[in-house]
Amino acid sequence: MTVEALVPRMTEICGPGGVVSDPAELRTYECDGLTSHRAAPALVVLPETAEQVAAVVTECARARVPFVARGSGTGLSGGALPRTDGVLIVMSKMRRIIAIDPVSQRAIVEPGVTNLAVSTAARPYGFFYAPDPSSQVICSVGGNVAENSGGAHCLKNGFTVHHVMGLQVVTPAGELTWLGDGTGSAPGYDLVGAFTGSEGTLGIVTKIVVRLTRIPQVITTLLAGFRTTGEGGAAVSAIIGAGILPAAIEMMDALAIEAAEAAVACNYPAGAGAVLVVELDGPEADVRRDVAAVRALCKEAGATEIRAADDPAERAAIWAGRKSAFAAVGRISSAYIVQDGVVPRTALGEVLDKIAALSSESGIRVANVFHAGDGNLHPLVLYDDAVPGEEAAAEKLSGAILDLCIEHGGSITGEHGVGTDKAKYMPKMFSAEDLDTMQLLRCAFDPAGLCNPGKIFPTPRLCGEVPGPRRGVHPAVAAGLAEQF
Amino acid sequence: MTSPSIPAALAKACRTVRPAGPRDAVAGVVPGWVAAPAGDDEASALLAAAAEHGLAVVPRGSGTRIGWGAPPRRCDLIIETQRLNRVIEHAAGDLVVRVQAGVTLGQLAGVLGAAGQQLALDPPPALANGSDGGAPTIGGMLATGTAGPRRLRYGTPRDLAIGITVVRPPGTVAKSGGKVVKNVAGYDLGKLYAGSFGTLGLITEAVFRLHPVPAAALFITAGFADTTAASQAVAAAAGTDLAPVAVEIDRPGRDGLVRVAVLLDGDPAGVAERAALLRDVLGAGTASSDSAPSWWGSAQPARLVTGPHGPAEPTVLRVSFWAAALPGVLAAIDGAGKDAGLDPAVNGSAAAGVLYVVLDGDADPAAAAQFVTGLRDGLEQASLDQSTGGGFAGGEAPPSRASAVVLTAPAAVRDTVDMWGPVPSLSLMRAVKEQFDPGYLMAPGRFAGGL
Repeated sequence: MTVEALVPRMTEICGPGGVVSDPAELRTYECDGLTSHRAAPALVVLPETAEQVAAVVTECARARVPFVARGSGTGLSGGALPRTDGVLIVMSKMRRIIAIDPVSQRAIVEPGVTNLAVSTAARPYGFFYAPDPSSQVICSVGGNVAENSGGAHCLKNGFTVHHVMGLQVVTPAGELTWLGDGTGSAPGYDLVGAFTGSEGTLGIVTKIVVRLTRIPQVITTLLAGFRTTGEGGAAVSAIIGAGILPAAIEMMDALAIEAAEAAVACNYPAGAGAVLVVELDGPEADVRRDVAAVRALCKEAGATEIRAADDPAERAAIWAGRKSAFAAVGRISSAYIVQDGVVPRTALGEVLDKIAALSSESGIRVANVFHAGDGNLHPLVLYDDAVPGEEAAAEKLSGAILDLCIEHGGSITGEHGVGTDKAKYMPKMFSAEDLDTMQLLRCAFDPAGLCNPGKIFPTPRLCGEVPGPRRGVHPAVAAGLAEQF
Repeated sequence: MTSPSIPAALAKACRTVRPAGPRDAVAGVVPGWVAAPAGDDEASALLAAAAEHGLAVVPRGSGTRIGWGAPPRRCDLIIETQRLNRVIEHAAGDLVVRVQAGVTLGQLAGVLGAAGQQLALDPPPALANGSDGGAPTIGGMLATGTAGPRRLRYGTPRDLAIGITVVRPPGTVAKSGGKVVKNVAGYDLGKLYAGSFGTLGLITEAVFRLHPVPAAALFITAGFADTTAASQAVAAAAGTDLAPVAVEIDRPGRDGLVRVAVLLDGDPAGVAERAALLRDVLGAGTASSDSAPSWWGSAQPARLVTGPHGPAEPTVLRVSFWAAALPGVLAAIDGAGKDAGLDPAVNGSAAAGVLYVVLDGDADPAAAAQFVTGLRDGLEQASLDQSTGGGFAGGEAPPSRASAVVLTAPAAVRDTVDMWGPVPSLSLMRAVKEQFDPGYLMAPGRFAGGL
């Protein structure tokens, strides 16, 4: 069945305002936050209820048409990249905050609710929603669940998976069901944990029970300037080594600082080769002690200047430079690639040196903005897309950076997800047996392979296929169910 | 399993194989052999041999919780992890440790403590004798998903495991995650294997996120005459911004005091300051101490260790619920106890919504079964009542928001109760099981829903 033939039934389900089939309008959905991959969907639907999502998926399953869910479209790995032969299910109309239960420290929300809206709703009760991806103003909780999103503060508070206690999902067969019971300790396999971070390949989330976290007594943000990233890295190691667990430790190098300065005049220490933003939160006395200790450790590591702020406005001023960094880099370079590799924290210095060497060898500039506390690098590989060959050189350098991360025992992605973008790197990190075992989970949920196909896994086996050496064209590729990289 | 080729096949797969004895029984099911692989290669060869000969396999750590769960339908071979006993890598600067599954919690605590670090999990001691001296293994803790009081702050094993290596039928060695804390590459199989009771394969290795040992810790305790007052105290303590690490309750019996204890940790001066504030929150009659009350994190209240019933194996349930339902949950335990003519003891992580409920080892099996059924009915009612306060309409929240699982029980009780009770999304779980273990060789029947 062609996707076009689904239009009347989809219109019945979602209403005329909930179906987009005009080619010009479909183009607006052709990519998510990773704009280098584009594919206009054959059809877009915007359901308003879980039952509508279930009905839409049921139709897709019956017609054997692939489907992709999309939240706010802020993802950075092409995880919500549509299928040209499929339906894009946009969750942005489902944005009710259903309940806040402060005693149980739980909220129930729909997937289109923005990340920040959960914290805003919980604030009157003294709580917030801890995972805070930098896109939290617009990114959706449903998208966060798909990607197991992190953020600057997950160093202390953990990732999305640590804060999701139950999920109502539509299975790839179109069945509406609950995973978990909201307690975090439901009997049976932890399907909530397995589903979170599955990048939309196991089903579509329609309601989420999240855990809320008590707003800390005090929050103090420190800004420290260093001559080099090596000195900054030494300060990070010293802080962690002293048994201090800050809420966040962020670092920016000279190029990133320069860009941020030009964009938002963040007034970071003049001439610094690196800055650290360290946030400490918790009970007042504990934070006071930790702030004093962090100041001393930064000084010992060679900090040229240290500022501290407790006041929300002053803290925001410190964060302004860090938060503007990605956009700011866009002002000093016409194009850039953001990487998301992770290395053990203790390897940070060595890896940064190697990235610098790769950069000078290739003549491609790299600005470094990263979550130093957990070793999650965000090298911004800058290039001029008007210069022939620069994009290819930048992509090569990006790949070399991921190789470095793997060599140092790290990961190809810390929070952006594998998506479309990094599927080809998965075999460098995992063996065929590892990937085949992961694929079993996929087959349990989505034996027909219709739910966000082509993401995460480079060469998925067909469900039921007997493992063995792969020869010739993969059957899933031949059947048009998968793409090979 | 009488084929003479089986012992030969097992001996070929693994250097350490012996015939099983009665002491190797899993919930009454006596296996044929016990094998102790020295590494992934032997573990893989064992599962390959098991698959070839159709042997049902139960993984075992130190055996402290081997009696948990429903009796397996079959058990031919126990694969024990005692030779997988190396701490492979403690990257202190990265606050990460990589260990083999047979490493005991006590052994690991020694290694980490020397660096001022800890794996911040404190599972209750094995329940049969009230103490296990750090004997449980990493693999056993992961497979049973057990966690103790500090789950309120640090979560459960699934939250702190960042990488896992498993051997699944028919001998495939697979890993997921890695040795960096922040990592979203691929599906997180660790979540699936944590709490899976050996039904998806053998866990051979895991990587954990660590935490620094805090400079000071203080326990603030209070006693309350009734469950309502105790529930209010629990909610008040958990709702403060004083950063409690754990909020526990203990109730030896229906007519005794309900004891509440809160753990604070961190900077010594800060802890002392917060303790004073918390004592105001909890009201009159509080005390603080730098050592835990005797009942702390014991799951099995003291009465049953020292009481008149001797070492008879008790029936132990784990009850999970939304914390706001605590008063209703305690009332449901009372109600089910009265109806069945039993006086259960209660202990656990009240603010995290997990309680252990213990029936005496000599409780009448029919009464115990009646209690379990009555409790499940009462819990459903309690979570519905809580939902009206939370404003949930039909279909807006998980249909069931509480559960009672019988972790272990005397044989006579096992025979009469549904150990796991109702399980949400069982059909998906069955689909997972059938993908990972299509021959139902791994601990068949031990897990929820007959998996």
